[in-house]
Amino acid sequence: MRAGFLPKLLISPSALLVLVCVYGYIMFTVYLSFTTSTMMPSYDLAGSSSYKRLLGLENWQVSLVNLGTFALLYIAIAGALGLALAILIDQKIRAESAFRSIFLYPMALSLIVTGTAWKWLLDPGVGLEHTLHSLGWEAFSFGWIKNSDMAIYCVVIAAVWQTTGFVMAMFLAGLRGVDTEQINAARVDGAKTWQIYLRIIIPQLGPVFVSAFVILAHMAIKSYDLVVALTNGGPGRSTWLPSVFMYQYTFTRNEMAVGAASSVLMLLAIGLIVLPYLMSEMRKVKNG
Amino acid sequence: MADAQATAKAAPHAHGAAGIAPSFGIARLALYALLVVLAFLFLMPVYVMVVNSLKPLDEIRSGNLMALPQAWTFEPWLTAWSTAQIGVQPTGLRPYFINSFLMVVPAVAISTLIGALNGYVLTQFRFRGAHLLFAAMLFSVFIPFQIVLIPMAKTLGILGLAGTVKGLVLVHVVYGIGFSTLFFRNYYAAFPNELVRSARMDGASFFGVLTRILLPNSAPIIVVTVIWQFTNIWNDFLFGVSFSDFSSFPLTVALNNLVNSSTGVKEYNVHFAGAFIAALPTLLVYLLSGKYFVRGLMAGSVKG
Repeated sequence: MRAGFLPKLLISPSALLVLVCVYGYIMFTVYLSFTTSTMMPSYDLAGSSSYKRLLGLENWQVSLVNLGTFALLYIAIAGALGLALAILIDQKIRAESAFRSIFLYPMALSLIVTGTAWKWLLDPGVGLEHTLHSLGWEAFSFGWIKNSDMAIYCVVIAAVWQTTGFVMAMFLAGLRGVDTEQINAARVDGAKTWQIYLRIIIPQLGPVFVSAFVILAHMAIKSYDLVVALTNGGPGRSTWLPSVFMYQYTFTRNEMAVGAASSVLMLLAIGLIVLPYLMSEMRKVKNG
Repeated sequence: MADAQATAKAAPHAHGAAGIAPSFGIARLALYALLVVLAFLFLMPVYVMVVNSLKPLDEIRSGNLMALPQAWTFEPWLTAWSTAQIGVQPTGLRPYFINSFLMVVPAVAISTLIGALNGYVLTQFRFRGAHLLFAAMLFSVFIPFQIVLIPMAKTLGILGLAGTVKGLVLVHVVYGIGFSTLFFRNYYAAFPNELVRSARMDGASFFGVLTRILLPNSAPIIVVTVIWQFTNIWNDFLFGVSFSDFSSFPLTVALNNLVNSSTGVKEYNVHFAGAFIAALPTLLVYLLSGKYFVRGLMAGSVKG
């Protein structure tokens, strides 16, 4: 039905809010990134000087390297573990829904809660190291969270714990949609279970791999809460991510233009990953 | 063929695509052993949280995190709830728990209503730019919110809502439109069109179709949206830390302050109790309606 006045009127507040508060604000932040803004927004244009400054800052370079390490490991481990869990769960097991719920429940928690729990679990003075010492394993040492070379891996551990169940759920949905005829035929031909997974089932999960990658990659780039709660960026700046950098430079170091520029680069990175995906998904819907 | 039939008979309730034959002893045993070990690993952090929130502090320092309490105490919970130092006053987490509720209830209600309305308009009516509008809303779900922090802070200041719970409600409603619209739009797109058409033939008005046909059949998607928005907004940290002050901190921000800015003795047991208090509402929702939570996750990941 053609929309009359009333439907258009009723959707316009939402349209306006999204237009202004998402796209308008993005333009505003992009504009600020080309100004001399410090503590307060300023409208004096300064060309690309804040981008030049940003790219030269060691804090930004460290944040980028950290994000690379974190994103790579997080996506690879959460993806692989999620797929493995989905395959285990898919073996016609008993208490399937109980296992599923256990692997997925961390997704319901705030990352601040996750960060707090893992902060003390990984703390050598009170957590795992301390526990194993008191159980008699004196030589055990696990102090990554206090070590600036290793702390970023602690962020990976906690993030993997939080989201693996989500990846599992995605793969499980994919596994349940796999064509069974081919599998039965392969089984009749005497194929082993692992061969069936490797040659028939996993190749059919391509779209799930793409979705999982997009979701995990965009979560990695946006990661902020977990780092704040777990390490607060430390020791030193060893677990800074672009999100931490943005907050620091914008709100505590009074370099708003640089902070704005960093958020623009974050948006660009996410756009590069998400937009092709969204476009292909929407095309699929259009075509049936 | 005989093999396949035998497998199918051995597992009459099977719905998996493929699997180790259920009768195979050792492989099955190893499978369950692995699953149980993994389940323990996933449960461990919350077990540690709960157990250590019920111990006196010196028991954590001298003992180990895995052990059950020797002297059970509820003291850390009381401290976390009502006397821990978070702001200037030793108020505990209670006022911030209330802030979070005052924020989450209206934000969820309003964004769900908006989502239903948008879903209705976007699926039942054709107008220029509808497709583009939906795409714009969809992408807004993915943006890093860092990109809107500065202008939103300025806007809240102009509106006089900086540092207030009302301001946070507004922010969550605005950035919740994308998800709630997505949920309802996809649900109504699959809704049987004949029902809507026949109601229109009978002279149902714009709102008549919505309130008498669509909404009464929307229970599942309403539950999905409410749970999704509740979990997201309750767990939000970035907006909370950017736009609130001591009087309006949501619980996540207060918890982070409790854990990370405490000087002197680190009261691990109080931190664990606080973390569990912050986790309880969303955990309860998850336990009561996990099925809908998963549906929300899936709808949020597999778009279209």
